[in-house]
Formats: sequence, C-alpha cells, structure tokens
Amino acid sequence: MSAPPDPSTYALRPDPVALARASLLESSGLGDPQLDRALGALLRPGVDWGDLYFSEHSSESWVLEDGIVKTASHDRGRGMSARAVSGDKSGFAYSDALDPSGLLQAANTAGAIARDGGRGQATARREGASRALYAPGDPGAGFSDPAKVELLHVLDREARAADPRVRQVIASLSVARKLVLVCSSDGRIAADDRPLVRLGLTVLLEDKGEVRHGTSGWGGRLPLAELFDETHARGHAREAVRQAVVNLDAQPAPAGEELVVLGPGWPGVLLHEAVGHGLEGDFNRKEVSAFAGRIGEKVASGQCTVVDDGSLPGRRGSLEMDDEGTPTGRTVLIENGILAGYMQDRLNAGLMGVKPTGNGRRESYACLPMPRMTNTFMMPGPHDPEEIIRSVPKGVYAKNFGGGQVDITSGKFVFSASEAYRIENGKLGAPLRDATLIGDGPTVLKRVSMVGSDLALDPGIGVCGKEGQSVPVGVGMPTVRVDGITVGGTA
Amino acid sequence: MSPDDLSERVADALACARKGGASQAAASASNDSGLTLRVRMRSVETLESHQGHSLGVTVYLGQRQGSASTSDLSSQAVRETVDKALSLARFAAEDEFAGLADADRMATEFPPLDLHHPWDLDAEQAMELALECEAAALDADPRISNSEGAGVDSGESSHAYGNSHGFLRSGRSSSHSLSCAVLSEQDGRMESDYEFSAARAPEELAPAKEVGGNAAKFTLRRLGARKIGSTRAPVVFAPRVARSLVGHFCAAVSGRALYNRASFLLDSLGEPVFADCVSLSELPHVPRGMASRAYDAEGVATVSREVVGGGVLNGYFLGSYSARKLGMQTTGNAGGAHNLVAQSTGETLDELLAEMGDGLVVTELMGQGANIVTGDYSRGASGYWVKGGAPAHAVHEITIAGNLKDMFRNIRAIGADIDRRGGIHTGSILIDHLSIAGA
Repeated sequence: MSAPPDPSTYALRPDPVALARASLLESSGLGDPQLDRALGALLRPGVDWGDLYFSEHSSESWVLEDGIVKTASHDRGRGMSARAVSGDKSGFAYSDALDPSGLLQAANTAGAIARDGGRGQATARREGASRALYAPGDPGAGFSDPAKVELLHVLDREARAADPRVRQVIASLSVARKLVLVCSSDGRIAADDRPLVRLGLTVLLEDKGEVRHGTSGWGGRLPLAELFDETHARGHAREAVRQAVVNLDAQPAPAGEELVVLGPGWPGVLLHEAVGHGLEGDFNRKEVSAFAGRIGEKVASGQCTVVDDGSLPGRRGSLEMDDEGTPTGRTVLIENGILAGYMQDRLNAGLMGVKPTGNGRRESYACLPMPRMTNTFMMPGPHDPEEIIRSVPKGVYAKNFGGGQVDITSGKFVFSASEAYRIENGKLGAPLRDATLIGDGPTVLKRVSMVGSDLALDPGIGVCGKEGQSVPVGVGMPTVRVDGITVGGTA
Repeated sequence: MSPDDLSERVADALACARKGGASQAAASASNDSGLTLRVRMRSVETLESHQGHSLGVTVYLGQRQGSASTSDLSSQAVRETVDKALSLARFAAEDEFAGLADADRMATEFPPLDLHHPWDLDAEQAMELALECEAAALDADPRISNSEGAGVDSGESSHAYGNSHGFLRSGRSSSHSLSCAVLSEQDGRMESDYEFSAARAPEELAPAKEVGGNAAKFTLRRLGARKIGSTRAPVVFAPRVARSLVGHFCAAVSGRALYNRASFLLDSLGEPVFADCVSLSELPHVPRGMASRAYDAEGVATVSREVVGGGVLNGYFLGSYSARKLGMQTTGNAGGAHNLVAQSTGETLDELLAEMGDGLVVTELMGQGANIVTGDYSRGASGYWVKGGAPAHAVHEITIAGNLKDMFRNIRAIGADIDRRGGIHTGSILIDHLSIAGA
C-alpha cells in the first residue's frame, strides 16, 4: 500500500469554490442572481431548506487483455439537481443541461413537494470550510497515453513471468476526476475537486485442465504518478498469481459454525456489512435497523472500537466535504464495545436532533443524497497476529474476501471468502475453496475475543451499493478472532 | 428528446467519425425521463423527477478501437466526443478480432414489439396508488410494525443506434413498477420483506392492494425464523431467486467468459449441462417483453431459439467480437440475452413441496458467492423449512452451497409458478441435495 501523501504539499492549490464557480457556473451563464432565484423557487411555503448541486466528471479507462490494450474509453458528463426538504419529505429534480432556465425549472419541480406551512429563509452566501485531502488537478497528469498503456504491460509481463501456467491477464486502469459544488439555502457554498484512480488485474491460470483466477488491485484519491510505483505494481501482479495458485490446491470448505480468524485489511468488509450499514442514520431514524434505539448499549466485545473517517488524506473513501457540503470527519460508531453514534446526512441528522457527520453522499447529480460510509475500520488491539492464529485449536483463517451484503432489519449479513485456510493446532493448513460466511450483525462483534495490533486499510478498490447508488468506500481491520460464525462450505 | 432527434445525433456522430478518418464506427444515444414517488408510513417521502440523456461512440482505425461517451448532446460536445474516441483508438493495439458485426447480419425486419406505453400519471395519482399499496400491507396484520415504504416508478426511454454499415434505427419504450417493503415484529425481533410488480404497460401492473398484501404476507412468513443444523437436503428456489441460477448459466456461456476460458461450462456445446427436464428458450420478440429487442447492441438481428433442449446446450450467447475469437458466428447477443424462458415441468408449488418431502425453500439469497470460473457456489439464504411436503417454520442465517455444474444436472422440476417480471422467466426450481450450513 502506498503511504498517504503529506497534505501540506497541497497548501498552494487553487480554491475549489473559485474553480467550481468558473467551470460549472460561469461557463453556463449561472451567477449569484440565478442561484438566488433558484433558491427562492425552492423555498416555497412549507419548504424548510433546500440545496442546489452541480457536478461535472470525466473518466478514462484502459483495458488490457490477451497481452494487448484492446480498447480505451472516455466518459464525460455534467449536470445539476435541486432538492427541497419539508420535514421528512424531499422533492428532487435534475437536469443534464446547465443553464438558467433548466436550473429554475428543476427548482420549481423540486419545490412542489410542499403545499403550505412556514417557509425556510435563504441566508447570505458564505464559503464552507474545506481541508486539502488530495492533490488538485488532473490525476493522470504527467502520463501520456502511451505511458498509461505501458503501465498495464508492466502488470501483464510480471504476471506471466511469475508462473508459466498463467493463461490470461486482464489488467485495467481507471483515472477519474469529479468537480462538485453545493449551494444550500442556509447560505453555504462549498466545492470539492475529487480525483479517483484505480489499477487492477485478474489472472487466469490453467493446470491440467483446471482453471483458477486471482485478482489484485489498488487505488485512491491520489495522482497516478504517486500511485504507480513499479515495484509496488509488480507486487500486485505476483499477488494475483499467488491467489490463483493457492486456489488450485483448495479443498472444500467446512459447513457449519467455526472459530474464524480474519486477516488484516480487506476482511474489514465484515464491519461494513455487520455494523456499518445498520448504523446509517436513515435506517435508524426510521427504526428499520437492528441497531435502532441502541446507542449506549453493548453491541460488541470491549476490544472493539469502530470508526468511520472520511478525512484520511488520499484514501478512496475520503472526501473533503460530503455531497451536501458538510466537511467530513471521524465518527466513532462503537467505542470499547458500546454503540456510540450513527452516520448522518443533513435530513436525518435534523430529524434526529443531532449534527450531520459528513456522510451525506450521492452517486451523481441525478441521485438524492443519503447517509453512506466513507472509510470504516476497527482500531488496533493488543494482540500479536501470530499469537491470535496460535490460539486457535481448530478453525478457519480467512485472508481475502470478495463482496458482502446485509439485511439491516434482521441484522443478517454475508461476506465471501476468496482465500482461506484451515487452522489446526494453531497452525495454518490446507487452503479452502470459496465460501460465504453468514452471521448476525448485533451479535457477531460480541464474539470478537482477540483484536490484533496490525490495523491495515484495504488497498483502495472498494465500491458500496445502496438503493441503486454506488460510491467508492474504504474498509480496514486488524487481525481479529471471532469465536463462532457460520462458514458456508460443503464439507 | 424524440427518437428522431437522437437518430440525428447518432448520424452526426457517425459523420464526424468518418471525417476524422475512422474506417468503421458505431454510435448510440438514449434519453430517459420519468417520475419516482415514494411514500412511507402513509405520507409522501420523496418525489423525484428524472430527465437525462447520453451518447456513446466507438470508432475503429483499421483494427484499433476507441470509445467515448458524453451526457452533453450539443453538436460541439458530440464532435469532441468522437475526437476523443479517435485519439484513444490511436493508442490502442491492433486487434485482429476488432470491428463491427458483418454487414449481412444487420437486422432488416423489425417485428412490432409493443414496448411503448406511456403512463399519464401525475404526482397526485402516483401518491394515491403508493398510499393504497402501503396501506394494504400496513393494515394486513397487527404484527406489521413498520414500513420501508411503497413506491411508484414510471419511465420512458428513447433510443437510437447506428453504425457505418448504414444501419440506423430508433425507438421508444416504457417501463413502470410498483413496489412495497414492510417490517413485521415478534418477540422483539424484526423482519422485512418486499413485493414488486413491473411491466411495460401500466395496465399490466398488479393491483396496488395485491402488491401491498403480498409484501405483508412475505414479511409475516419470516417471523420466528431460526437457524437450522448443518445438513444436506433438497432445495426449492422460489421464482424470484431461481432467476439468478439462470443468470449464472448465461454468464458461464457468454462469449467473454468462454474465450478467456473463465467458465465452468467450457466446451460444452452439444453436451448435457442440465438435467433432461430442463429446456430454456430465448424469445427476443415477445410483445411487451421486459428484454424484447429486434436487434442487439451491434444492430444484429435477434432470433428466437432454444438455448437448452432436454438439458443439452444448443448455443452460446455471443456478440461479433467473442464469436470471431471463438471462430463462430454472433448469436445476436451483444449486450446480453433477450427474454429467457425456462419451460415449466408442470407442477404447482404445492406439488413441488410434496415431491421434495423434507427440505428447504429459499426465498432470499445474499451475497455474490457464485464463482463462474469453477462453478463453486456458496450463498447466504433465508426461507422456510418444509416437512412432509408442508411448510414447517421460517429459516435464516444459513448458507447453501454446491457446484453449479452439479446443481444444474440435479434439477428435478421447474414449477408452473412462473415469474414474468424481468428478462428471465422461470418458476420455482427444485434441486436435489445441496449443502446447508447453519448452527
């Protein structure tokens, strides 16, 4: 994993609000009078508050397959949306066209959610605070198109050199930038210029007619120049091959409740599913989450402290501000086993009488914001990871995971192990075939009996889906021992 | 934007590509608009108005390929998008298999598909319908304790596709849905479940009361769920989850998985891949079908065919690129399958349960645990246990596992309770012996 850059190096960056005003508003004939008129149209009788959201994005992706970069694609888009909030009701309209009449029409449509009642007041505009968490400008700067093609060839060559049984390498590079500006009826205007880069590969390896795959990837809100270190890249290529080789010898996983040790880093997807979604403000305000009304209760063993932190420099899940203009920060969700707080957007925080936590996110201007995770991880504990594995007489060590899913109401969640081993008498044994693990969110963390000292964040490739909206996120965890979770194998 | 406007933009993009030196090009454009209204606990929660468009272009410089897309359809943006695609193509490698589908495969007949049925629905009417739907769920039983809401979605879409063979077509379609999700509570434990109806034409949607009533029924059925001991048992996949099995089959016999040899069904053409009671047809021209299309994403004519007959695999799902890689012909499936219909073996659900005797009915699957390379299958599940052919109690926090290759061959029956709400139509599927992991 690459080290986060020193944020002080970004001190001389252009002001994001000035940049966004120029790029998104002024070029479309939108200035303060147009914003004021649209906010006025939003704030009809009965509307408490509202906001206007503008964004533009561009992204480029390159894909290598069969040893050649077969195609490259580019996507560009811009648009705006207007939202009016009246109590727990939201009116929403968006448009691909950035112009004064489109803006006013969207504001009028959104404002129609309310009929009558008191009206919110628009206040004088002021710039929201923002902190520099990532480098400004084009994240692909410094790389010509042939240079980007060459990066993928580095991954391809290294993977093929690592093992002669490698039959196919699919490598990809994605470089994206998104500029957003939020203007809300409480006078706040704030902007965020967000880079997002991701590299990854899948290898297919064939031995005696048996095909296995392995994957690896990394990314973040970092310039490609910082993210792509050749030694590091080669390490990822070999890692994908290593996983495929391990899977060749994998035995059927056990079926039933097992003592499970989760490795550091990406297995933090356990937290994302087991407690993360259940602690999002909307589900708790509506009391549809298994965690609703349980602040102050013990929901995990005393060794567990879980936080969501959107303000880590350069991380994939980080944002300088959320999509409502609230600065991101560190929210303690579970402290020493006690449920401490929820992740909030403005609407749900307001209805629950708490402060927004900077977790109001949306996939694009065409979507309403809702409480979402950023980077969610467990703080390190006192145990040496080796000691944790040694402590297990019989169980499963799960090192790598694919995705997961949760039913927030019943609390049941799954996550799928893509690389796991048996543990026998404190030692790692045979590798196991893919298996889904299933547990109960409010009880699984109570079974955490040892927390390691080796906190690691995932390599920066996670995506989270909720109600049809996808956003980039991060997870992390130290090595953790869970005394009983159901492993869905066949043996 | 009308289909004619979109055709014009597509033609502009193709002209720009030709001027820019492209040897071949394809472009598509779409425009979507609609309304989404959600109510929760008997009052409006959100009202969303949608309006968006996009254009995408793929250009070829000989055997080099580049693509670009934009949400701005102004002529300047279209020109810039084509230029971007051309510049990217210059840095792509020569790929001997790249190119449009052959000109003689372009669709020339366009059967009426009857896909466009706009719904003249204002926010007021949408609200009444959603409220009626949610009320039917909330009022169904005192154990219904809370709601995630009910929603009405109505959308219209225009679409145009053209390529440098001279193919240029446009059309319209609509799709509407009604959905509801509620919670039930018993002994301090909450469960939730949902129901939805989706159709091309508003009059084909299920009545709001029925959608709400079913949501309540499904949620109540989950109360008192328990974990069961690990075992091996036959499993019935209810139609709403059975379609995912058909989806895994499609993924395994799709061109890209096949040419990368990343499929558990490699080299299986002409081989029995399912039990002999299984037949699967692709019917692209079903009027009002949710996945009906006269031509695929490359303009190639779609055809009705039996993909699986008596358990034997008769064809793959190929676009022109994967077809060339495999030394075969495109099957008109660039962009995917068009209405897959699993033929029922005739049993009602009760008859399937009687045939199963003791076993599990899965009504919900969780997670992504299907490995298309190896066929290894392991997913979280909930549903209910069946004893002596009759439902006994709800089950949760278990997994079901096996290998898809074996699971397909162990299908014993496909019920007559066919779910037609999506692009895959199937009834309940009964499979012998899966591993169940629980307590």
